[in-house]
Amino acid sequence: MLQFILRRLLMLIPVIIGLTIIMFAIARILPGDPVGLAAGPNATQEEIAALAAEYGLDQPIWVQYWTYVTGLLHGDLGTSLLTRRPVASDIAAYLPATLELVLAAMALAIVIGIPLGLATAVWRNKWPDYLSQIGAIGAISMPRFFLGLLLQLCFAMWLMWLPLGGRLPIIVIPPPSITGFLTIDSLLAGDWSAFTMALRHLALPAIAMSLSPLATIMRMMRSSTIEVMQQDYVMTARALGLAPRLIITKYVARNAISATLTVIGLYFGWLLGGTVLVETVFDWPGLGLYATKAIVSQDMMPVIGVALVIGLLFVIANLIIDVLYGVINPKVRYS
Amino acid sequence: MTDTVSTDDLTPPKYDKLRRAFFRFRQSKLSLLGGVLVGLVLFFTAFGTVLTPYPDHVSGGVDTANRFIAPSWAYPFGTNELGQDVLSLVMAGTTVSVLAGFGVVLIGSVIGTVVGAVAGFAGGWVDEVLMRLTDLTLTIPGLILAMAIAAALGPGFGNMVIAISLSWWPGYARLVRGEVLAAREEVYVTAARAIGATPQRILFRHILPNTVSPIIVKMSLDMGFAILTVAGLGFIGIGVRPPTPEWGTLLSISRSYMPDYWWTAMAPGMAMFVAVFGFNLLGDGLRDVLDPKARR
Repeated sequence: MLQFILRRLLMLIPVIIGLTIIMFAIARILPGDPVGLAAGPNATQEEIAALAAEYGLDQPIWVQYWTYVTGLLHGDLGTSLLTRRPVASDIAAYLPATLELVLAAMALAIVIGIPLGLATAVWRNKWPDYLSQIGAIGAISMPRFFLGLLLQLCFAMWLMWLPLGGRLPIIVIPPPSITGFLTIDSLLAGDWSAFTMALRHLALPAIAMSLSPLATIMRMMRSSTIEVMQQDYVMTARALGLAPRLIITKYVARNAISATLTVIGLYFGWLLGGTVLVETVFDWPGLGLYATKAIVSQDMMPVIGVALVIGLLFVIANLIIDVLYGVINPKVRYS
Repeated sequence: MTDTVSTDDLTPPKYDKLRRAFFRFRQSKLSLLGGVLVGLVLFFTAFGTVLTPYPDHVSGGVDTANRFIAPSWAYPFGTNELGQDVLSLVMAGTTVSVLAGFGVVLIGSVIGTVVGAVAGFAGGWVDEVLMRLTDLTLTIPGLILAMAIAAALGPGFGNMVIAISLSWWPGYARLVRGEVLAAREEVYVTAARAIGATPQRILFRHILPNTVSPIIVKMSLDMGFAILTVAGLGFIGIGVRPPTPEWGTLLSISRSYMPDYWWTAMAPGMAMFVAVFGFNLLGDGLRDVLDPKARR
């Protein structure tokens, strides 16, 4: 298994090269005047040229690419034209916020979606099943940013139960950063009030993010459960007189989950890139918001960096899922 | 082959098949609801701009005396910060969203089909190169890729459609490649080759027509998601610029007037939901009819 993991990690290298080439092509071949935008409307021709020279943007594109790739080996992701700060440290600051949001949303989706999928499969073709099928298509069709807006309007503005946005109020001193996840850090620091505060800020964006993966996981779990329930060994278990509850939890669920795992892995990567809209609604200081600000001002280094980091996380998430396959289903061989 | 709904002249057995497909489609009440919703959306796509109660508001006219009027008989969804009728803007916005969504799915599927068909049919290093490119594009987050291309190309309807399409094709490439690989081994391909058909002819006249159903199913399932992506770009402020009415842009503007003038957000948001819901229901139904193997 170790060999399998190592080989998959080696495959990251061509992914990194390919990703950077594609993003570089977009950043440099398409029209657009990032330097002019960064220099400001009143900049003279000389100032723009000086700025371009400072960031190496006057060089031919392959020289720029070579500089970028050699920098990458040292963990250098270039410098943002707009903030004039290194992209790597920016991403290190924003990534935990996005990861916390995505993991919270995924946890919600898995914890609710898998039992719901099992239940609707057991109640197949009865009214709770039909209702949940319509609900699932509805949930997938709901624009996340509109849902976020509605949640905000309802729970933050009218009922005032939960905060409007952000990760923590400015007046609260954040816990010492260990994992970068405010909920976990505040627990580690034993700061209970900061923990509840962080959790309350996390609630609405996580719910808005989780609805569509929840529905997909539920549908996937339902169909794989139905498939598993038609297998011979389930009939044998039933013929032996095992309690239905035991059959479902011990035999069916375990086998049905492995098909659902793939969906979870794919969704994780998709959510990482899809936090943009929810982060915009809730002013959540994560990668999505960072990338959006950079994109609007055509500041391409942060965009390349964010795409690279999310692409890598996507590949790693799928690797973890593949390893988990073997844990849940020992029949799987690593090759 | 078995599930192709052909547009050729309807010989009796084919007609039978079509009728059976329609019967299966009608059996599902949800697909019917989807069909009705999509019909409604297409109706507004065609006539939304003409039927608006306040046509001058759509073309940028303002009515500052009637700012922020709550929903009433004169303005069923209220008016916005410029005194424009929200219903009129949303009705006219249907055209932009649906046409953009359709453009994205169409361009994406054409690029993907060509890439996938060539990869699957040629095999060897061509296949290897094209599919690695496809996998790579899949690892880049689609929305961020589309945003980056759209921002670099500049605002505008066409640029937005192109930007999203360029992140949309990999799914089709994978699908079509799989279908072509399977079809390549079929007897009718061997037969065509035996009578001396050129590879191009075999690919475009024999193999591709037999992969049409899964492509159409994917297109219909993708329509809703494409509309969502278009609205998402508008919401962030990349894409179509005001005064062209666009659902995502309308929603994004309304954010500044929450919670007092909440109605400015309801009509664009609900329009998005209904359109996407309709296309998703219809896509599910079409999949059950055209591609029963994939039924879940």
